[in-house]
Amino acid sequence: MNIQTKYLGEVEISTQQIIQFSFGLPGFLDEKEFVLLEIPGNPVFQFLQSVQSKDIAFVVANPYHFYKDYRFELDEPTIDALQIESEKDVIVLTIVTVKDPFNSSTINLKAPLIINQQKLLGKQYILNSDEYDSKAFIQPISVEKGV
Amino acid sequence: MLVLTRKLNESIQIGDEIEIKVLAIEGDQIKLGIAAPKSVDIYRKEIYLDIQNQNSEAANLSGDLLKLLHQKND
Repeated sequence: MNIQTKYLGEVEISTQQIIQFSFGLPGFLDEKEFVLLEIPGNPVFQFLQSVQSKDIAFVVANPYHFYKDYRFELDEPTIDALQIESEKDVIVLTIVTVKDPFNSSTINLKAPLIINQQKLLGKQYILNSDEYDSKAFIQPISVEKGV
Repeated sequence: MLVLTRKLNESIQIGDEIEIKVLAIEGDQIKLGIAAPKSVDIYRKEIYLDIQNQNSEAANLSGDLLKLLHQKND
């Protein structure tokens, strides 16, 4: 099927790519189906595009790319709701708030997206601890490597 | 908003499955116990609002996003 996307125009997707977010996302409770789309020429980031609403799309990334020690526990209701059987089922993504210049962008480590890639079920999981910030700075990789 | 007055160890029942109980009152802090089905997500309000706001901001990026993302690669 073809869908209209916010950043990439019309894109063909297969129904096997559609991830069910049955809870919606805070602020977007009516958006229950999303697809992950690659960004041409950019391996680090992806778009999380709503299937039904062209204008609702997020830039997402693997949080471990920026914060290698990022760690949290999933609670049981979430494990049940997403039908997670093994750690290998799970993809963790973080929503990026892209800003200009790019290095002032932030990532939301307080509310990661948890996706069961086997069952195609997803949820934005809000951590109840204050350990991580919803506006954590994107650390440029060059700085991490101590150039 | 419905307003109810409760004392220590008194509860409020919401529907069949949700109970909120006053467990302790310490100065200007009140400790609440909440019993609810597992499927009900419970958050401190300011955290939920923060995530809502952050999601809205992330979904409403202005400017040329793809160009900014390409800056990243440069």
